[in-house]
Amino acid sequence: MVTNVTSFGRSGLYDWMIQRVTAVVLLAYTLFIVGFLLITPDVDFQQWQALFANTAMRIFTLLLVLSFAAHAWIGLWCVTTDYIPMTGLRFLVQAVTGLMTFVYVAWAIHIIWGV
Amino acid sequence: MLVSVYRYNPEADDAPYMQDIHIDIPGGKDIMVLDLLQLLKDKDPSLGYRRSCREGVCGSDGMNMNGKNGLACITPLSAVVKKDKLVLRPLPGLPVIRDLVIDMAQFYAQYEKIKPFLINSTPAPAIERLQSPEQRAELDGLYECILCACCSTACPSFWWNPDKFIGPSGLLQAYRFLADSRDTAQAERLADLDDPFSVFRCHGIMNCVSVCPKGLNPTKAIGKIRNMLLQRAT
Ligand code: SF4
Ligand code: SF4
Ligand code: FES
Repeated sequence: MVTNVTSFGRSGLYDWMIQRVTAVVLLAYTLFIVGFLLITPDVDFQQWQALFANTAMRIFTLLLVLSFAAHAWIGLWCVTTDYIPMTGLRFLVQAVTGLMTFVYVAWAIHIIWGV
Repeated sequence: MLVSVYRYNPEADDAPYMQDIHIDIPGGKDIMVLDLLQLLKDKDPSLGYRRSCREGVCGSDGMNMNGKNGLACITPLSAVVKKDKLVLRPLPGLPVIRDLVIDMAQFYAQYEKIKPFLINSTPAPAIERLQSPEQRAELDGLYECILCACCSTACPSFWWNPDKFIGPSGLLQAYRFLADSRDTAQAERLADLDDPFSVFRCHGIMNCVSVCPKGLNPTKAIGKIRNMLLQRAT
């Protein structure tokens, strides 16, 4: 069967599991940030910087970025294989998506450790 | 009432078209859509459609009636006709051979992939392989499928990847054999399904459940296959 077209994980099952786990990370991070904004209503630059200067927060944010990248890649890979039947164009769109994902991850790491 | 039927004869027509026919139902009775088709065919014998059992058993007359897939022979007009109008189209997503007749080759190819037969490597017993009533009950809601294709042709994932995604009907059957106590090829069956398309293209939209004329639930069976794959991997 079509085992050679694995998108990210080693199999359909791993892709599926990664998609669920990263979704939980995305949700947890969103809840955390919303919670933070709720308990500190008029957040200023100092508070914001102090939050992100914390190593735990940086690790959490890195986790978010990696989860986001994996989640987006698997999702968009699904969308392109559904809706772009022309192999050449599909490859092009996937290549651009992959490249952009990589750039975003590198850029995000730069930002997180630049605070 | 007004019936609008999808017509396409590749030998005569350049493109498919909708034919509008006004028809009076004799006695104004609540007949089945299949009976209506017979009335239409009496008027115009060139109309093509499949049917055999005319009682919801053979699965030949799956079609799209006012936007919803179903079996014409067990669908009364009162269940589908809206504003005195009925639009009849072939099942969506598969090639049309003529009028309401579709080419089911891709659908059957997916069915064939799941090896729809018992595989047992143990020596055959003298009479037959027995099952307990509980083991037999595991197959309820699975074995009743008549392969009408109403579900798979209502599934967007099957429309986009009919060559790689098994589809709800095939997956329901896949689980029917995975769940059978007399089958010993579970590991091989699961290994064949563990790619990104065969099972995992199902996004749980449940179109399949809403159209199945036999009231079966492919989405639930797909969830069970996924759990089996999970169990095998962790
Ligand atoms: S639940 Fe899955 S198989 Fe059923 S229609 Fe939706 S995507 Fe298709
Ligand atoms: S699951 Fe239901 S809709 Fe699908 S092929 Fe079987 S009987 Fe038809
Ligand atoms: S004619 Fe057999 S199912 Fe309708």
